[in-house]
Amino acid sequence: MRTFKIIAAALSLALGAATFSGAMAQDQKGLDNKVKRDPYYDGLKGKKVVFVPLAMGFDLTEGWAAIMKKQAADLGYSFEIRDPNWSTDAGTRAITAIIAEKPDLAIIHNPDLQSYARLEQRMVKEGIKVLQVNLETTVPTDYYVGADWVKVGLIQADALVKKCGKGSGTSGKVAILEGQPTAASNLYELYAYYKVFADNPEIKVVADQAATYDPAKARAITETVLQQHPDLCGIVGNWDNQDVGAGAAVEAAGKSDQVYIVTSGGGSQTGCDNIKKGLLDLIVSYDVPLQGDSLNQAIVTLLNSPAKAGEIQSTYFTPLTLQTKEWVASHNCWNLDQLK
Amino acid sequence: MRKIRLTQEGVVLALAVAMCVVFAVALPNFLTTGNLIALVRSVSILGILGLGMGLVVIARGIDLALIATMVVSVSWVLSLTTNSGWNLGPALLLGAGFVILIGLINGILIAYATIPAIFTTLAMGLVVYGVGRGWLFQVDVQNTPDNSAFFNFLGRTTVLGMPMLIVAFLVLALLMWLALRWTRFGRFVYAMGDNPAAARIVGLPVRPMIVAEHVITALIAYAAGLVMAAASSGMSTRVYNSTMIYDVLLVVVLGGIGLSGGRGGVRNILVGTLLVGVLLDGMTIMDVPYIEQNLIKSIILLCAIVVDSIINPRDEQTAQQEQGDI
Repeated sequence: MRTFKIIAAALSLALGAATFSGAMAQDQKGLDNKVKRDPYYDGLKGKKVVFVPLAMGFDLTEGWAAIMKKQAADLGYSFEIRDPNWSTDAGTRAITAIIAEKPDLAIIHNPDLQSYARLEQRMVKEGIKVLQVNLETTVPTDYYVGADWVKVGLIQADALVKKCGKGSGTSGKVAILEGQPTAASNLYELYAYYKVFADNPEIKVVADQAATYDPAKARAITETVLQQHPDLCGIVGNWDNQDVGAGAAVEAAGKSDQVYIVTSGGGSQTGCDNIKKGLLDLIVSYDVPLQGDSLNQAIVTLLNSPAKAGEIQSTYFTPLTLQTKEWVASHNCWNLDQLK
Repeated sequence: MRKIRLTQEGVVLALAVAMCVVFAVALPNFLTTGNLIALVRSVSILGILGLGMGLVVIARGIDLALIATMVVSVSWVLSLTTNSGWNLGPALLLGAGFVILIGLINGILIAYATIPAIFTTLAMGLVVYGVGRGWLFQVDVQNTPDNSAFFNFLGRTTVLGMPMLIVAFLVLALLMWLALRWTRFGRFVYAMGDNPAAARIVGLPVRPMIVAEHVITALIAYAAGLVMAAASSGMSTRVYNSTMIYDVLLVVVLGGIGLSGGRGGVRNILVGTLLVGVLLDGMTIMDVPYIEQNLIKSIILLCAIVVDSIINPRDEQTAQQEQGDI
């Protein structure tokens, strides 16, 4: 036993010496990759990033924040969250405070197309780079990472046309459940729905109501619509967390097989569970973990780029996944604990 | 006085009936059993919360922490059961204890520290919500546990074709009616609302009564929350950020419970709930856009408050009281 230990120790010593001398040799050949590594890590160290979400506490923002936090800790830049908790007013105050603080980068999740647009321009003018996430304003800033809402809307509407359009033998009646009426997602999706439905005259929009992200409201609206139109064929909605209420109303009416419910969301486990339960039929997912990775990449690019704030404007529309019952059966959906 | 009071309630009832008739004629499927059940169902939660709000308003108070109490207590219960592995029974008891505590704090601050109810409860709402978001649960939508007998009973069973939601509303309304009409507690509530100073002088336990009212109201909010969670398989704390508290006030004031206290009863809440239900249902069927719906609702609330201040003018003798004077 003892001899064995000695041999093992000798071996590991020899091995260590070999790798050490190897490292020395590699240093000399430039294999430590100082040229790329130093500016990369040094450029990020000590930088300051601030995130203003719509609110914390729901799948999208918690997911992004978890991923962004991890990278910030790893690469040594600070990452702070200013949570306005669904209040545009509090968000405006938070951004005004950020302008005074002058961080290197502000990541903004916009409640609607207009409210923060001017403040974002002011930030850019003050030299703060602005990365907009998933919900944008009409004015582009340094970067936008998020869903292409028009495309989401087109996919949703096309799926509904397939189920309820020409030759489907259904009534062709569909209901639209809007989210927050002034949000980017809502306006761009609505444009897409009506564009597709205009090309397919057999689709009849029998209701277009805002559920303002509230499942209870979605449920009440759907209940009333189903009473008026018992032959309803489909529902297209803005967000899975909201439209699960519509699913509950359809299920309570015993029409789960008749009414096809299309929505969009971050692709979380909760959404997938709701598909499994039969409350939703299709979620056009903008994949939060993937968006988190894209955000991280955009953060590094922006922090390390020599370009001034507002000089270059880039967009990355994150890929979309179509989650259906079949997809859910063979894929895993994310939950927050995995991302943390 | 009694005659005029009846008039406001009567006006609202007549308005509700008139709108029903118009909708029944104009909208083909309005007067079906299914739609009427959906109509009442959609405002049942509002009605239950209206009962709680009604109680404190009759006693010349107000409870703006109602929604926060409902949302946070029930979200905590759901978070404990689904995430922390608690059994539903103990979690429900803990939730009840939590709302009783909120009610006690509200009541004690209003009754003994004599801080006006409107400020106390406004601040308490923020405190309760903040505590909830900070420590009691992480995510703002909590789902009910799968296959829970309790929530399935509340959310899915029907009695005589009526969903449990409506039954719960009617049962609570009946209990509240009995309490207000036939118990000493109820008579004291009216006496306090009508003239707090006189109530105190004749020896009514005004301060303990205020505490008791707020505890009862908090418990009603808890009940409303449990029924709401059962009906939509979860509780969204975003409800706190919505206009729901104003909708509850709309139901109460519209029905004819004067904000200056001492007037009205359960019947007024039922009438107010009915009108709001008919209005919302009709507007949804007619597909009125969201912004216009809110506008119509707020104009009606404004009219109701104006009518209220004309029909139930402030009593000069009692208006100077610090107690719950809003």
